[in-house]
Amino acid sequence: MINTEISVMGLKKGFKDKEVLRNVNLSVAQGSIYALLGSNGAGKTTTVRILTTQLAPDAGKIKIGGFDLQSQPERIRQIISVTGQFSAVDEPLTGRENLRLMAKMRHLSDPEKSAEKLLREFHLTEAGDRRVSAYSGGMKRRLDIAMSILGNPQLLFLDEPTTGLDPQSRRSMWNMVRKLKESGITIFLTTQYLEEAEELADRIAILDQGEIIAEGTVAELKGQVHRETAEFIFADKETVEKAKLLVRQNKMIRISEKESGFFQEKDGRYGFGVFTGGEKDKLAEIFHHLYENRIHICDFREVKPSLEDVFLEMICEKEKK
Amino acid sequence: MRSYAKNYRDTFTMAGRCLLLSGRNPDTILTSIMLPAMMMVLFVCLFGKVIRIEGISYVNYIVPGILLQCIGQCSATTAVSVNRDITGKMAERFCILPLKKGAILTGYVLEAFVRGMITSGIVLLAAALMGFRPSSDLSDWGIVFLLISGSILTLSWLAVITGLTASSAEGASSLSAVAIILPYLSSGFVPAEVLPPVVRTFAEYQPMTVMIDTMRNAFLGNKADLSDIALAACWCLGLCAVFSLTAGHLFKRKMAL
Repeated sequence: MINTEISVMGLKKGFKDKEVLRNVNLSVAQGSIYALLGSNGAGKTTTVRILTTQLAPDAGKIKIGGFDLQSQPERIRQIISVTGQFSAVDEPLTGRENLRLMAKMRHLSDPEKSAEKLLREFHLTEAGDRRVSAYSGGMKRRLDIAMSILGNPQLLFLDEPTTGLDPQSRRSMWNMVRKLKESGITIFLTTQYLEEAEELADRIAILDQGEIIAEGTVAELKGQVHRETAEFIFADKETVEKAKLLVRQNKMIRISEKESGFFQEKDGRYGFGVFTGGEKDKLAEIFHHLYENRIHICDFREVKPSLEDVFLEMICEKEKK
Repeated sequence: MRSYAKNYRDTFTMAGRCLLLSGRNPDTILTSIMLPAMMMVLFVCLFGKVIRIEGISYVNYIVPGILLQCIGQCSATTAVSVNRDITGKMAERFCILPLKKGAILTGYVLEAFVRGMITSGIVLLAAALMGFRPSSDLSDWGIVFLLISGSILTLSWLAVITGLTASSAEGASSLSAVAIILPYLSSGFVPAEVLPPVVRTFAEYQPMTVMIDTMRNAFLGNKADLSDIALAACWCLGLCAVFSLTAGHLFKRKMAL
């Protein structure tokens, strides 16, 4: 049985004149990586602040690790940890001192040993005795996360962990997050990068203006968007016209209508796209028609929607309503 | 009882962190020693010959005022570090830890106390070099110690409030201006009687005057005036209570606990 680490029902939060979270519902399975995706100001950080007991919700039933957020915040604090958007480390101190201090605050039995172990795990042993002010952005973020997982929390919140990092540090951060997951920690991640959610998350929720407008695995989300197309490429304009006429005969197949109904490739060849809606039989039919009529296909490719397509389409759909 | 012990342990850890941070930034400690010491040198050298106060050398007269300036300067450092933690993300991190929230603030105050005691000691030594000769016995020193402790605690809690409310470190450091000026508007450098009328009225009723007078009496080895001691203690305890409760309330609101 899969246990639920976080369950949120009907979460609402408003500040003075603005409703930030309208109605958030989500549930996170133990040991998984859950990504909350949204643009700036969507309410991601507010959600994290509420789930980490830093901010009281206006309404909603929230359970974390089986504990009720409102009545047992102390119990929740014992099992969670947070790494915020900005590094929360003492810059004038060394990496080792930072870790040792945090270990003491977490009441660990051997702060020295815990600090040493984490420095090693996060590849900071060499830099351990240097002041943090001399660290690079990526190193600071690593130390920050190391400080967060002291005392083995069972649930880690990462609020935009890679914002402002260079691509290389970002990659190594992703590897680290995967490793953390392997060690059994549940990870609640917020990000504005679709790529990041796609790389890391088991499940993704898209938060827009205080509401979750889509939720599911990457594949499920992509399945919700009717954009899956196949593209056929032909040698010249004449062939593409002929091919299109043929395919059109089948009423079940929709040709994607981009302006003239076909497009030109960079190399001068022509092609058109068809919606398949995931049914591969349709493709076989098209191949069959073309083959029978001796129309030579130069190239063929399937175009899957990116998470970005999902994101944009969901937001567009919502605005239409 | 166990939770009390835990609370103290967290306070010590927090204070340890602040001491470590202060140690990494010796400039501020140096300032809080140098500034009052320079004041003392200036006043004694420039005005020592002009200002005559009956029955007492000028350096002996101004040491309590200088000490309060030094303590005030020290507390400004606390205001800045509280502000840095609040506007930075450290305070948020601490709040999610399973520790008593009160320990975060008492940690700052404990650190300020230790640092204030050390700098006060150094300033007293510097004063001795300038010719300061206290004639206190043990009980007088006890009174001096209590008065210094009281002023450190009061000003530190005020510093915590300043740090919590200021929008920037620059704003928080303005506390040092207050700390430098208030002793001038008391009996710290000249007797209150010679001050202009408005200032005199203020000086007579502001807490620093009674603190300074009581401390000076103790340094001179005069017989302790119990009502003065009681009044000084009331000021310290009262202000401490008000400031610490306000600080706690502000902290809770700021961190939305």
